[in-house]
Amino acid sequence: MTVHPIIAALRRHKAGVILIGLQIALTLAIVCNAVFIIGQRISRVDRPTGINESNLFLVTQQYVGAPSSDTKAGADKLDTMELEDAAALRQLPSVAKVSVISSMPLLNSAWNGGMSTKPQAKSGFKMTTYYFGDQNMLSTLGAQLVAGRDFNAGDVQHAGFRTDAKRPVVIVTQSLAHKLFPNGSALGKTVYMDGSGSPSTIIGIVKRLQTPSTSDWASSFAYDSTLIPTRKDAFFSRYLVRAKPGQMKAAMAAAHDALFKVNPMRVIDDDMGIRSFASIRAEAYKQDVSMAILMGAVCIILLALTAAGIVGLTSFWVGQRTKQIGVRRALGARGIDILRYFQLENLFIAGMGVVVGLLLAIGVNQWLVQHFEMDRMPLGYLFVGVLVVLVLGQLAVFVPARRASRVPPVTATRSV
Amino acid sequence: MLSYYLQLAWRSLRRYKTLTVLMVLAIAVGIGTSMTTLTVLHVLSGDPIPAKSGKLFRVRINTFPDDRFQPTDKTPDNLTRRDATALLGDARGDHQAVMSAGSGVLITPQGEPMRAQARYTTADFFPMFNVPMRYGRAWNGQADTAHARVAVISSQLNDLLFGDQSGVGKTLQFGDASLRIVGVLGSWDMNPRFYDLSNGEYGDSEQVFVPLSTALDLHLGTSGTMNCWGNAKDAHDLDAPCIWLQYWVELDSPAKVAAYQRYLHNYMALQQQAGRFRHPAQVRLQNVMQWLDYKGVVPADVRMQVWLAFGFLMICLLNTVGLLLAKFLRRGGEIGVRRALGASRRDVFMQYLIESLVIGMVGGLLGLVLAYAGVALVRQQPTEYAAFVHMDLGILLMTLLLALVASLVAGLLPAWRAMQIQPARALKAY
Repeated sequence: MTVHPIIAALRRHKAGVILIGLQIALTLAIVCNAVFIIGQRISRVDRPTGINESNLFLVTQQYVGAPSSDTKAGADKLDTMELEDAAALRQLPSVAKVSVISSMPLLNSAWNGGMSTKPQAKSGFKMTTYYFGDQNMLSTLGAQLVAGRDFNAGDVQHAGFRTDAKRPVVIVTQSLAHKLFPNGSALGKTVYMDGSGSPSTIIGIVKRLQTPSTSDWASSFAYDSTLIPTRKDAFFSRYLVRAKPGQMKAAMAAAHDALFKVNPMRVIDDDMGIRSFASIRAEAYKQDVSMAILMGAVCIILLALTAAGIVGLTSFWVGQRTKQIGVRRALGARGIDILRYFQLENLFIAGMGVVVGLLLAIGVNQWLVQHFEMDRMPLGYLFVGVLVVLVLGQLAVFVPARRASRVPPVTATRSV
Repeated sequence: MLSYYLQLAWRSLRRYKTLTVLMVLAIAVGIGTSMTTLTVLHVLSGDPIPAKSGKLFRVRINTFPDDRFQPTDKTPDNLTRRDATALLGDARGDHQAVMSAGSGVLITPQGEPMRAQARYTTADFFPMFNVPMRYGRAWNGQADTAHARVAVISSQLNDLLFGDQSGVGKTLQFGDASLRIVGVLGSWDMNPRFYDLSNGEYGDSEQVFVPLSTALDLHLGTSGTMNCWGNAKDAHDLDAPCIWLQYWVELDSPAKVAAYQRYLHNYMALQQQAGRFRHPAQVRLQNVMQWLDYKGVVPADVRMQVWLAFGFLMICLLNTVGLLLAKFLRRGGEIGVRRALGASRRDVFMQYLIESLVIGMVGGLLGLVLAYAGVALVRQQPTEYAAFVHMDLGILLMTLLLALVASLVAGLLPAWRAMQIQPARALKAY
């Protein structure tokens, strides 16, 4: 079959061809970019935190009438209260492990700082997020230590929330260690925090531990965490609890009652006070998830709409050309020839649409890069997009084309 | 004539039911999504205080020491207590207020502790932001200087603590502090909460307002961004190297704005002379809308969704144009007969345009329903602004206008082509 008659026929339907071609082009441009956005959001949500996420929940509570943590006596009192709380939680039968901790991955409550290999540095800091807590931090989080040792009870001290205590030992993540010491191991090396002159020794290295912040500005140090064995005493405290397998619900309910039994003078928020890690994760990524769902819905509707447009337009063309089809059949064309004709015609229109659409897709992506700080789209997305649009066109054209192929040759002799 | 065309349109639309439904749905979905996203954008980029937004200015200066100063860094949002106190003392604006967010614990009448959001600020806060009072009045400047143990509470908190009686004159136990209630707010919610975006951009107003001097005396808990350099024994100290206070000024005329700019530059020059730093003075004075724009209060996702929705609407329109075109041209014979019987080109054009308009208006009305459903869906989303998204009359009228324009645009080309059919040729082929 030659292409010539197809082009000749299309020339007589310029407006229709241009419209459907444009629709295919725009659909391709939007679908490629939407799928790319979905892909990016999914990879963001899917990135590992580095902790063992099951059976984990966080208690955030606030003491009522607590002393100020700015005085030594106040900090000591608050620390005793925190230790009592932690001990009460630890005694629950449904609880496996408890740690007093300042924050956790994805919580979006972060204490950031700059780390340097030189004392009293003025510049050249590596951004990091500090996790303050007791010796159970790593084991309760379930993060994996790859070198050195975990904190022991002897390492742990406590200090008022705004009081600056010395930090003789720290544990850092592999990612931060590599940034601080690109050539060689960081284990046993000395670092200085926030331009201070007091040294801290790296005693352990964690494979991976994400920081609490999921916002874009913190993405450059998303895995650069530092663990500091200091309980920060304040009018509020956080306890990370790992429940025994299958006893999560019981542990969460029991934790609430146990804390109030120790000391009723406290506030635990109804919805934000005791939260499973699953809900912390859902909260952190809710916007990404809803954006991905929206983009997915848009893609499906667009593809359905374009398919419906192709079916509609081709149906009309088939109706319009019934007589010509009859003539072709009478002159010896088989049903399959007619079917092929319409399929080829659609491939031709879709092909033109795809060429325009590719340029548009790249243009839209460029525009998103400029105005929305998106990444450049890999060519793979374009390739898949083109394939989807072409296959969709063929599927959509099949129904009216088959109807065309069944036009009997005798139509040629009838007047309508 | 119009009713005849409407009748013809109705007949034609009924003849191709599937096609009609498809076209109506395409327009409805396109308009529904566009209007939903526009509604969200409209609400989020709205002016929280239209009467005054051009006169209220956020004051920012960069007083970082030289070794912390990077010319490419943004000027910090907040001020040190030392600078805020100095600017407040000079009082060069029509009104000015320093503030910080905070929180503390209250005991409800049922004896249960409850956490309350607080704002520690100075007297001008209330007249400057047009804060209405239900009972009593706000504290004045003397109360600020006297570190008076007073508080203003929200209407909601008043009802919780005192039922429908006024709490003015009663004592509020806020953490360790006993404060005398001097005023109760009327209904006052700023969304977005432009005066301090660092503690949630949307939400109810604070429940407790306390003079900043009093709050510092009593060591009430502050919240928000605290950025310190060097060693600070207490970040709240007057000379602590920490930036944490928001500063707003009201300037009622452009001349005053210019004068205030000069004043700030002078202030920074004095600081440079005093040897605090040598880097260039970064003075930033932004009114409410500029400030909201600078802080990017409208999420990028929302802006992207608006563009997406309009791309979507365009595809829907292209789809409708294509289908209408095919449909009208297929009726060439019918058009030929009408023309031969004396209908002018204009008559044919009008007839088909009206058919497109019928589709457009039905699609638009359905689109309006979809937009309502879309807004209801947005309100279900777990975003902090969800509760504030609503349809208003402007958006409603805009939807109908958009439907009208969309269907006109969609119908124009097909009706034009239909009008140009040659009666003789069409009849011959028929």
